Amino acid sequence: MLDEGMVTGDALAGHAPDPRRKLVEVRGLKMYFPITSGLLRRKIGDVKAVDNVSFDIYEGETLGLVGESGCGKSTTGRALLRLYEVTDGVVKIDGQDVARADARTLRQMRTTMQMVFQDPQASLNPRMTVASIISEPLDEHTKLSKKEKLARIYELMDAVGLNRTFANRYPHEFSGGQRQRIGIARALALNPKFIVCDEPIAALDVSIQAQVVNLLEELQEKLGLTYLFISHDLSMVRHIADRVAVMYLGQLAELAPREALYAEPLHPYTEALLSAVPDPDPAVETRRARIILKGDVPSPANPPKGCNFCTRCPRVMAVCKDVEPAFREVRPQHFVACHLYDSDKTQDAGSAGA
Amino acid sequence: MPDGALPVLDVKDLKTVFRTRGGQVHAVNSVSFHLHPGELLGVVGESGSGKSVTMMSLIGLLPSPPANVSGGQILFDGHDLRTASDETLRKIRGARIGFIFQDPMTSLNPVFNVGFQLMEPLRKHMGLSKAGARDRAVELLELVGIPDARSRLRDYPHQFSGGMRQRVMIAIALACDPKVLIADEPTTALDVTIQAQIIELVKELREKLGMAIVWITHDLGVIAGIADRVMVMYGGQVVEQAPARELFANPQHPYTRALLKTVPKVHGAREPKLNVIEGQPPILMAAPSACSFRDRCAHAFARCGTENPQRRPVGANGHDVACFWDAATQGEADA
Repeated sequence: MLDEGMVTGDALAGHAPDPRRKLVEVRGLKMYFPITSGLLRRKIGDVKAVDNVSFDIYEGETLGLVGESGCGKSTTGRALLRLYEVTDGVVKIDGQDVARADARTLRQMRTTMQMVFQDPQASLNPRMTVASIISEPLDEHTKLSKKEKLARIYELMDAVGLNRTFANRYPHEFSGGQRQRIGIARALALNPKFIVCDEPIAALDVSIQAQVVNLLEELQEKLGLTYLFISHDLSMVRHIADRVAVMYLGQLAELAPREALYAEPLHPYTEALLSAVPDPDPAVETRRARIILKGDVPSPANPPKGCNFCTRCPRVMAVCKDVEPAFREVRPQHFVACHLYDSDKTQDAGSAGA
Repeated sequence: MPDGALPVLDVKDLKTVFRTRGGQVHAVNSVSFHLHPGELLGVVGESGSGKSVTMMSLIGLLPSPPANVSGGQILFDGHDLRTASDETLRKIRGARIGFIFQDPMTSLNPVFNVGFQLMEPLRKHMGLSKAGARDRAVELLELVGIPDARSRLRDYPHQFSGGMRQRVMIAIALACDPKVLIADEPTTALDVTIQAQIIELVKELREKLGMAIVWITHDLGVIAGIADRVMVMYGGQVVEQAPARELFANPQHPYTRALLKTVPKVHGAREPKLNVIEGQPPILMAAPSACSFRDRCAHAFARCGTENPQRRPVGANGHDVACFWDAATQGEADA
């Protein structure tokens, strides 16, 4: 799909990733949306979409962020890029605080952080050609000549496996998978270091999903990109992510390296979530004991007291309904917010989070 | 699954075309299948493979024009549904054949309360009185696991969560004790934990009520967990059909084989690189004269471009495949 040598041009040269360097640091991120009521739109409460979330993303890695719909995973991704004004917390990308940057600084930072959206149909302007979609970030942020821009557009189209001759076509002339490639090319235009992929494959067919995931992986290898991969598809996240964070009702339940999380999930929610994923093998399916969670996710406007999972947890204890568990490192690199591990040796993560 | 019993539903050579401004789209091309009493048939395929259109054609749910169920036979309970009058179809649809749609938000009417929507088929098809229908509606909601059923009858669809709404849909589909239940991607719009609840519920109901189910999905994992038999569709045709275990253990069609390999798993070994089916699904502007998968197939040869393969049996397990390539004799070398 992506030929060796296609992306060797200067403009697509990768950064050498340092796997121990934290590219993204998130501390105590809160994103509340006000609930208003009445004629005067008086504020009567908050939807706590993201409530005190802390994690790091190392350079060159993919952090998977999984959870059910409404758990706040997309909001987290958007808040990271400051597509929302965050309520509280620190988001550092490449050493700079995004959450508090002024408009001018933020604009300069936009080039290092980009986003690939879920629905390529909705995130591409139907009245713009592929070439103009991909060149929009170049128009905004660079002073390239027309000729240089076109060269760059072709280079990007090659990189994502789109035929150059289609540069003047419109998005509706492409299939879903190809449209997602356009979205990826646009995100790559400014040589970003960090890309938030918000459910990039959810709208695609299974056979096309694999094509897009492989493309993302190839680009990461070539360009040293760092991804936050948001998805509800646990099997795909297991494929693409180096570390995985599990979110529930606006908070992180667990964060661990991929192998550890899938082999031995510590949080009862992670355990239930993994057990709920059907396996494409009837022999395995009939033998598996499935944990069926009762009920639905509570409203983030009125989260339960104590642990936010206590209303559905199959292993709930008295303390869970009262005291909110801390998000702690209970094994090396394995963080969990659950009272079941209170007695485990405390390596209090404190403000670190990852 | 009682074998040898007469099928409740027997579809032969079904063809559906859509007339569009760009020409005729051949969405369903000579699809044949049958459904035994009490059996759960899984139908797998990507979007555009014709799986939903096939099932909608069965009970006349496609608007005509543009759709035209142009050929074949649909035998259900002594009737040929394709040629049946609207009156007969209306009596069968919703009563003897139930339907569950993908998105419970758009398939429930937002301006009527759930009780009204549940009682409508009961009164229309079963001729129950208002009070009788209400009692039965409560029973049904309890059956699908909705707590506090009697008071929830007055609630509107938006007052239910996604999973609960799908339970309501199932209750409506079950209202008149159907012999056949067609479920079109019933869990696709739901989260995995809720999906697990619904699958568990359907398994339980099937044991209790013994109806036959057609379960349409693109998720091979879901199928593996519930289906007795699986039918794989591609380009408006059935390309492979087999008992579930047989299909997953011994897939024959290159498309099925590739599909099983592109899906990453949550359990077991992790593949370092995903297998890819290159290319795009076909656009069906003409009746197929060649194999519709040949452009994406790793095993295609000359014959695939000139002749449309017909289903041929494989082994003795009721397994059949529409492909000229033979995994057993022509080598296992998957590209």
